[in-house]
Amino acid sequence: MSLSEAEARVDTAVAAEDVGGSLLKEAWRRLRRDPVAITGGAMVALFVLVAVIGPWIAPYGPSDRAGAVTPTMIPGPSSQFWFGLDDLGRDELSRVILGARQSLLVGVVSLVLGMIGGLTLGVLAGALGGWVDSLIMRIIDIVLAVPGLLFAIGVAATLGRSLQSVMIAIAVVNVPIFARLLRGQMLSQREADYVSAATSVGLRRRVVVFRHILPNSISPVIVQGTLTLATAIIDAAGLAFLGLGGTDPSVPEWGRMLADSQDYLSGAIHLAIFPGLAIVFAALGFTLFGERLREALDPKYRR
Amino acid sequence: MARFVVRRLLLLVPILLGLSILLFAWVRALPGSTANSLLGERGTPETIAAVERLYGLDQPITVQYWKYLKQSATFDLGTSAQTRRPVTDEMLRLFPGTIELTAVALVIAVGVGVPLGYFAARRYGTWLDSGAIVGSLLGVTIPVFFLGFLLKYFFAIKLGWLPTAGRSDQRILGVDHPTGFYVLDGFITGNLSAAWDAFKHLVLPGLALATIPLAIITRITRASVLDVVHEDYVRTAEAKGLLASTITRRHILRNALLPVVTIIGLQLGLLLSGAILTETVFVFNGVGKFVADSIRFRDYAVIQGFILVFAVIYVVVNLLVDIAYGLVDPRVRVR
Repeated sequence: MSLSEAEARVDTAVAAEDVGGSLLKEAWRRLRRDPVAITGGAMVALFVLVAVIGPWIAPYGPSDRAGAVTPTMIPGPSSQFWFGLDDLGRDELSRVILGARQSLLVGVVSLVLGMIGGLTLGVLAGALGGWVDSLIMRIIDIVLAVPGLLFAIGVAATLGRSLQSVMIAIAVVNVPIFARLLRGQMLSQREADYVSAATSVGLRRRVVVFRHILPNSISPVIVQGTLTLATAIIDAAGLAFLGLGGTDPSVPEWGRMLADSQDYLSGAIHLAIFPGLAIVFAALGFTLFGERLREALDPKYRR
Repeated sequence: MARFVVRRLLLLVPILLGLSILLFAWVRALPGSTANSLLGERGTPETIAAVERLYGLDQPITVQYWKYLKQSATFDLGTSAQTRRPVTDEMLRLFPGTIELTAVALVIAVGVGVPLGYFAARRYGTWLDSGAIVGSLLGVTIPVFFLGFLLKYFFAIKLGWLPTAGRSDQRILGVDHPTGFYVLDGFITGNLSAAWDAFKHLVLPGLALATIPLAIITRITRASVLDVVHEDYVRTAEAKGLLASTITRRHILRNALLPVVTIIGLQLGLLLSGAILTETVFVFNGVGKFVADSIRFRDYAVIQGFILVFAVIYVVVNLLVDIAYGLVDPRVRVR
C-alpha cells in the first residue's frame, strides 16, 4: 500500500487492521477474475500437489531400475516410460515427480528463514531509526554489493554439501532484500497521517508499530515472497549444477538431475529437458502469480 | 558536480572496508583450520603451533585482519590450491575471456531489450506487447545453464553451426594472444580467421548469459516508456505540433531511458555470477569456470579473492552509473 493511498484513508485511519483486511479482500476479488493470475495459481497448485502426493502417484520408486540401458543407448520417451529412462535405467517421470518435493522444500524453507531474518532486521531498522537503522542499512549495503549467486556459493561452500546448506545459503541471500523492502515501506508509512493520528491519541510506540505501521507495510513483502520462491528454486538448481546440494541418489532433485544430464546431452537430451521444464514450470507459476498479485495490491493499477 | 562525485566516492570506503571484514570473518569461519588442512593426519601439537606461527595465526585477530587488509590492498590475494599460482595471476590470465563474454551478453541484452521494450510499450496491448511480456517472464524463469544445454544441443550438437565448447578452435595453429581478448588478438595479429573463430565461440554462451538481463531490460524499458508517454509534457509536445520523431527522441526516450541505465548497471552482478554457470556449461576458460572448479577443489583462496574482486567491480560500476546519471539528469545532483 502506498503513501498516497494511506493518506486517502485518513478518516478510517486508526482502524488500520480493517484497512489491511479490505485491501487483501479487494486484491483477492481482482485476482479471481484475472486469467493470468489463475493460470499462475493453477501451476503453483499443481506443483504443490505433486510435491505432496508424489510418492503415491510415481509409477516407480526413486532408485528402481525400470529398464535396461547402456551409456550409449538411453531410451527416450515411449508409451511405457513417458519421460524415458535415465543413465542408470531409472524411470525419469518418477524422478521428476519425486523431485518436486525437494524443490518446494528448498523454496519454502529458504523463503521462511530469509523472511524471518529480513523482517526482524527491517522492523528494527524501520521502527527504531537512528544509529540502529544506519548500522543495519550499512551492513545490508555491504552484503548487497556481492552478487547473490556468488554470495550463496560462498555460504553453501562453507556449510558443506547438503540440501540444508543450500536452503540456508539462499535464505541468507534473501535476508537483506526483505529487510530493505520492509524498512522502506515502514519509513514511508511512518510519515502517514494515520500514524500521527494514532500517536496523538496516546498509543504507545510498540502498538503503533505492530498494529498500524506493520500491517500497512506488508503487502509488497507478500509479493516479494512469491517471487522469491521462484528465484529460490532456480538458484537451488544453479547451486546443484555447481556441485553444491544434496548427495543422496535416492532423493531426486531437479537441479542435480539437470546437472547430471550434461554428460549425456548428445545421446539423451530428454534427461535435461524434463527436469529443466519442471523447474521452469514451477518458477513460472510463482512468477505469474506474484506479478499479478503485485498489480492487484498496487493502487496504481486500480481502475 | 565535483562535490557530488566526491561524496559518492567517499561512500565506497565503508562498503569496501565492511566487505573486507566480512570476507576475513568468512575465511575464519570455514571448516578446518589452515594448519589442519596443510598437515592433515601428521599434525602434532608442535608442528601445528609452528604452522600457526608461520602464517601469523597466533597473532591477535586485529593484527591478522590488518595484515589481510594490507595484502588485499596490494592485490595479494593468496595462492590457488588448484594451480599453486597466485590468485591475482590467475585472475589476470582469465579475466579477458570473461570480459569478452559479458560484453557480448550485454550488447545482446541492451541491443535487443531496449528496442523490444520500447516497441512493446508503443504497441501496448498488441501481440508484440504480449509476446514481449511472455518472453521476458520465460527469460527470468529459465535457469541459465538449462538454456545453455538447450542452445548447445540444438545449435552446436544437432545443427553443427557453432562450436560446442571452449574459447577457440585448437586446430587453428600459430595463434598469438598478446592481450588475452581472443577476438581482439585476432585483429591485432592480422589473423582474421582466428578472430572469427573466437567470435563464434562467444555466440552461444553470450546468448545464454544475456537472457536474464535481456528479460529485465525489456520489462523495465517497457514500463518506463509506458510511464513517460502519458506525461503532460509529452501531450504538450504533441499539442505544439512537434514531429513524432522529435517527441520520441527528445521527450520520450531521454526520460524513459534514465531508469534503464541504472538497471543496466545492476545487471552486471547478474552477468558476473551468471558467467560462473555459463562458462561451466560451455567449458569456456574464464574467471567463472575457474570459480566453479574452485568449489569442487575447496579452493577457498580463489573463492574469497573473486568475491572481493567481483564486489569491487560491481560497486565501482554502479558508482559510475550513478555519476553518469547525475551528468544526464540534473535533478539527481541536487539531492
